Amino acid sequence: MTGELSMWVEIPVAILLVLSSFFALAGAIGLVRLKDYFQRMHPPALASTLGAWCVALASIIYFSALKSGPVLHAWLIPILLSITVPVTTLLLARAALFRKRMAGDDVPAEVSSRRTD
Amino acid sequence: MSPLLSNAILLSLFLLSLAMVLTLWRLFKGPSAQDRVLALDYLYIVAMLMMLVLGIRYASDTYFEAALLIALFGFVGSFALAKFLLRGEVIE
Amino acid sequence: MKRLFPAPWLSLALWLLWLVLNVSVSAGHLLMGAALGFLAPLLMRPLRPRPIRIRRPWVVLRLFLLVGRDVLVSNLAVAWGVLNAARRPPRSRFIKVPLDLRDANGLAALSMITTVVPGTVWSELALDRSILLLHVFDLPDEASFIAHFKATYERPLMEIFE
Repeated sequence: MTGELSMWVEIPVAILLVLSSFFALAGAIGLVRLKDYFQRMHPPALASTLGAWCVALASIIYFSALKSGPVLHAWLIPILLSITVPVTTLLLARAALFRKRMAGDDVPAEVSSRRTD
Repeated sequence: MSPLLSNAILLSLFLLSLAMVLTLWRLFKGPSAQDRVLALDYLYIVAMLMMLVLGIRYASDTYFEAALLIALFGFVGSFALAKFLLRGEVIE
Repeated sequence: MKRLFPAPWLSLALWLLWLVLNVSVSAGHLLMGAALGFLAPLLMRPLRPRPIRIRRPWVVLRLFLLVGRDVLVSNLAVAWGVLNAARRPPRSRFIKVPLDLRDANGLAALSMITTVVPGTVWSELALDRSILLLHVFDLPDEASFIAHFKATYERPLMEIFE
């Protein structure tokens, strides 16, 4: 199992792993440092898109080289995330808007209110 | 595994743990309930990335299934919490 | 055929998913995946509000690549904006985008795209589907953003779904 892999496999895998964890860290830094709740909704998308893509690609390259055949199942993670994350984010945005409106904070009014007709 | 790859994996695990610690800080501090749910959701995603990195570290397929499960349970949990924040009911 | 396979694309996708998940193309897995692809759409049919007709597969492919490119670009932009937030605070705000897309499935795809691309969060849709409230992470120019949004995402989706 632990046969030697060539440098041409290990270098891209190493770069992709470090890149993905860098993006995950940038997302966490954003979560801590940004001031407004709606601003803080954006950084988590870093880890669930490019972070997950990089680590899935690294995993595909590594396992395909290890087993000398295509092992593609890691792609399911980005596909799954791109289906589930929008649902959670959308619901959280709506919940935040609803709660901030109830609290009387400075957020836009409902877009479907009967103001024009 | 060459020292290059194992060091890269260690570095990436370290950065991911740092990200988890920062997210935990947001989870405890809040200030609002939706901030905590957002932080919890992010914690799930980072944990899932960590599982995939560990899968490469130990050259094992089992971690992939753990990552898939974390992603699914994380989705269901955050979805239920967000739904609860929206109306105060999980199932209407 | 239509009654047996109400959603042929979903069946095919489930079959492929099963094979990829098991990393195997043995006869047993081929059969099991085919059974899943056959049964799941039949059981799910009462839940589906309306059938999806996808036209122009090449537009789908082009949109897919465009979204992939935008995800890469805006990932870098948001990461840069986050790391520079102390020196140059991001100009975040809500904008109202007038929509021409009315198809429910198209709007679902549009909401997925806007949320997957970092830097934009779909916040609220008017009940008559005419206005979308969008929160943008860093917005220098509202008019050009709306023009880009409508040209890149909304028009291809209208071509695909309507």
